[in-house]
Amino acid sequence: MEKIINNVVCTVCGCCCDDLEVKIKDGKIVEVKNACAVSLSKFQNYNGKERIVKPLIKENGEFKECDLKEAIEKASKILAEAKYPLIYGLSLTSTEAIGKAVELAEALGGVIDNTTSVCHGPSLIGVHDIGSVTCTLGEVKNRADLIIYWASNPVFSHPRHLARYTVFSKGKFRKERRERKLVVVDVRKTATAKLADMFIQVAPNQDYELLSALRMAVKGEEIYLNEVAGVPTSKIEELADLMISCEFGILFFGLGLTMSLGKSRNIDAALSLVRDLNERTKFLIMPMRGHYNVTGANEVIAWQTGYPFAVDFSQGYPRYNPGETTTIELLTRGECDAALIVGSDPAAHFPVSAVKHLMKIPVITIDPHKNATTLISTVVIPTAITGIEAGGTVYRMDGVPLECKKLVEPPLGLKSDEEIITEILVNVKKLKE
Amino acid sequence: MKVKLITGRTLQQGASKEAGKLSEEYFNNVAICELDPSDMEALNISPGQNIIVKTKFGEVVLKAVKSAQAPHKGIVFIPYGPWANLIMDPETHGSGMPSFKGIEAEVFPAKKEDKILTLKEVLEKISGGK
Repeated sequence: MEKIINNVVCTVCGCCCDDLEVKIKDGKIVEVKNACAVSLSKFQNYNGKERIVKPLIKENGEFKECDLKEAIEKASKILAEAKYPLIYGLSLTSTEAIGKAVELAEALGGVIDNTTSVCHGPSLIGVHDIGSVTCTLGEVKNRADLIIYWASNPVFSHPRHLARYTVFSKGKFRKERRERKLVVVDVRKTATAKLADMFIQVAPNQDYELLSALRMAVKGEEIYLNEVAGVPTSKIEELADLMISCEFGILFFGLGLTMSLGKSRNIDAALSLVRDLNERTKFLIMPMRGHYNVTGANEVIAWQTGYPFAVDFSQGYPRYNPGETTTIELLTRGECDAALIVGSDPAAHFPVSAVKHLMKIPVITIDPHKNATTLISTVVIPTAITGIEAGGTVYRMDGVPLECKKLVEPPLGLKSDEEIITEILVNVKKLKE
Repeated sequence: MKVKLITGRTLQQGASKEAGKLSEEYFNNVAICELDPSDMEALNISPGQNIIVKTKFGEVVLKAVKSAQAPHKGIVFIPYGPWANLIMDPETHGSGMPSFKGIEAEVFPAKKEDKILTLKEVLEKISGGK
């Protein structure tokens, strides 16, 4: 039997493209239309040799297969006995699963953090400081005549962003590429920069200086230097003129601002620049969120605890202090005594000092696939893939919630993240009584 | 040669992580370092040759790749992944975010016996060796 499912939401990056067409034959996905290279790779490989189908428990350094009940009981016991457990990941799962994870963190008196911590964490800290003028991607598509990607290379990181929402999209009021200007600011001439009408090559770690110089130019103040951050002053003034004279501008920024020197201060400067620009024209700003539901992780954790990431329940109430309650510091200081990782691979993406501690404590990983973190885990619980084998809500990078569909059955009746976390929560509550 | 090191996403890294984080494809796309062509010439390195990237936090052997995003003289690029993280700066400046971009580094050609570690060897190195 063959069927085609339309308007499928892609669960790869923060674009959450909702126009995929998936053809299913005899319960298997045989064709996917409208997907980018990364999405296509996901659909082609999700059930490949890296898939985990049986739960695993490590004993004497060796993994042995077990049934789901045993794995969940072992995981619940580890977490319930820990004094200060960490729940981390949560950007590659459904909003419903994230909600359950918050409840679990509260029941455990531990910390819940999501990948924002090592991604756009500084962006959120910047928003706390300055505030943010933003919009939906639909507005950008329909109205924007100036699009700036700063320290972001969407051709690689968000492959359909330009085609669906910005320069190559056909909006209501801006239909053609020539009706929009594209500016790229980056330390390298990236694939995105090659498409730009104006490319500005900024020196590494000097975005703050360049943003500050731009603010001066926008305010009509004279810059007394010939160049700032490796950029000639004339070019900075040219960009400021372009920004002031546009009708609807948007600044999308990437991790080049959050991961380099200055961190949240770079974001303060970018947010302030956009605020200043609104005295002259309409200008907005949006972070290029990476994983498909990292925005959802912030939304859910914020509406349940008041804070978007790095929330500590050890005092019995939610506390938030980036730098103290964020995962990298908790691990580097060696404070957590157990960790539950949901849909993330910190062993591959954290600095050595943090991974070292993860290797010393019991780690439970809920993930459909093998990765560096499953290799160092004590308990590995395989799961149905959100957006393919399980439904659920995800939040696009602009905060628009979208409903993912269940397209096919998971292998061997694997359960969703939400179901697994719910079972752990029920067990933990019993153990904590 | 002294350089500034940045890490980041690439299309190939994104697609091959979906193929599997333990796959050969992922290894081939992530255990690499992109260099500006003029820097490669100055170091007398040809594409595909192994190089060592060293920071205050460690060193790692990677395959040199001629950057398609040049010019960026004095900047080298490593895709996000376990190899890059062996030499990352854990300093968060109280923000939760380590410094994954704009790190002081040094690049030089690897010796013949310097091999690129497999993922398992990377993890063993982090744990202190077994």
